[in-house]
Amino acid sequence: MYDKEQPILTIKNLRKQFGKGCTICRDLDDKNIQKNFCPVCQTVYACRDVSFELYPAEILGVVGESGSGKSTLMKCLYFDQDVTSGEAYIQGYKNSNANIFTETSQQKKYIRNHLFGMVYQNPYLGLRMNFSSVGNIAEKLIGAGSRNVGFMTGRAQELLGNVNIPIYRMKEAPKNFSGGMQQRVQIAKALSNNPPILLLDEVTTGLDLSVQANVLDLIKKIQRDLKISMLVVSHDLSVIRILADRTIVMLNGKIIEQGLTDQILEDPQHPYTQQLVHSLL
Amino acid sequence: MKEIIKIENLSKFFELHNLGKYIKACQNISFTLHEGEFIGITGKSGSGKSTILKCIYRTYLPKGGCIWYRSKLYGVINLAKASDRQIIHLRKKEIGYVSQFLNVMPRTTAREIVQKAVLDIGYDIDYAKEEAENMLSHFELDQELWDTYPNTFSGGEKLRLNIASAMVKKPRLLLLDEPTASLDNESKKLVKVLLEKLKAKGTSMIGIFHDLEFMEGVCDREFNMKTGNFTV
Repeated sequence: MYDKEQPILTIKNLRKQFGKGCTICRDLDDKNIQKNFCPVCQTVYACRDVSFELYPAEILGVVGESGSGKSTLMKCLYFDQDVTSGEAYIQGYKNSNANIFTETSQQKKYIRNHLFGMVYQNPYLGLRMNFSSVGNIAEKLIGAGSRNVGFMTGRAQELLGNVNIPIYRMKEAPKNFSGGMQQRVQIAKALSNNPPILLLDEVTTGLDLSVQANVLDLIKKIQRDLKISMLVVSHDLSVIRILADRTIVMLNGKIIEQGLTDQILEDPQHPYTQQLVHSLL
Repeated sequence: MKEIIKIENLSKFFELHNLGKYIKACQNISFTLHEGEFIGITGKSGSGKSTILKCIYRTYLPKGGCIWYRSKLYGVINLAKASDRQIIHLRKKEIGYVSQFLNVMPRTTAREIVQKAVLDIGYDIDYAKEEAENMLSHFELDQELWDTYPNTFSGGEKLRLNIASAMVKKPRLLLLDEPTASLDNESKKLVKVLLEKLKAKGTSMIGIFHDLEFMEGVCDREFNMKTGNFTV
């Protein structure tokens, strides 16, 4: 369906800043801003000229310290936040040459519902905690145009079964679930429309080790069985080592290094990446 | 015989920014590997033997020189400069790497590890299952262990699994980084027999062995890191 040799998602010069900037920080070369924050005008440069490509069936890891712009990047891609500037193209969407960031809100809604799945670090952002788990998935399916109750219920049960939610708890609201179960419901919801691209933002953070292992196994299984492309944000290098084929390292809103995951971990080039890898316990 | 790998003036050093140090790992290494040939690399610890293999596999980024590889996928390609995507494809389909450590996805059974290697090439699950079982039997891994996690395996069992997952792909080029270092003589003999079989099938190999004399009859030439030359 997708050309494996062409990127499924291409990001070019994505910028996101909070604040208007001032003459001091705007005129400075990006390299001269040691931090992504201007002390004069309080502008935060969350993402600065971020460019990369994600290929079909690939898992691309994004690592970096807190505040490096990883989650902002994900939120921009999922249209939770508007970008300041930049371009993004999806293979097959309008002949692969429509910048999705400049699309109408109607089209963005379509892209969100059909081409992207998103799993947030905080399940409260991705789930309606008072709806049932089946209802959460149905909501996503309705957003994509589905109206057949029988189909939606069947699909929700199938997906929740795949992520090991017991059948007798499927009608329960996620607010009653453990953190690991909530993440699994989020994953099921994100997969409900068979999106070609899955965005995973720190999905194992805050979970205990055995639950982390379950979630990671599930992600690996999904990738193996469904061949979905995934962008995985994490500050945990062990998660990236297990999941990602290639890895991007971000610092102060910029990509400072990218390469094969084993190369990044064994032969890091940038001083920050070296510091990060050497900090592994 | 055609050349499969031609290394020209390969250099690698590590720049440790935080410590302000520069470590030379290997410098101006040049040699050629022909199709179906087995080259053993010898030299003392720290002389850069593993660095060469890791540069070929691109776990390390070479700082200078070229590694020309005659691939089926891309023709002649410089591995030192190839894109990450090209390296991923070559690793899946043409180049295997075996070290003395088994580095696999946790909570994955021995059978799944070998199966995955076949699936990566693009074969279907039925063929992958068959090939995995053939390979695990071939390496005399106890059938009781096939569906268990390798963290409970002995050193020899882990190594045999490691080699099985690399060999099941029938790579054109196999890089062996001291795979027998922690093995008893019986296990070493088993590895030797398997390497002989692979070689007979045309796989080209570069290997690092502490006891290279053990590989007598398999190894065609020996590259000495100290002199930078071959001994036959």
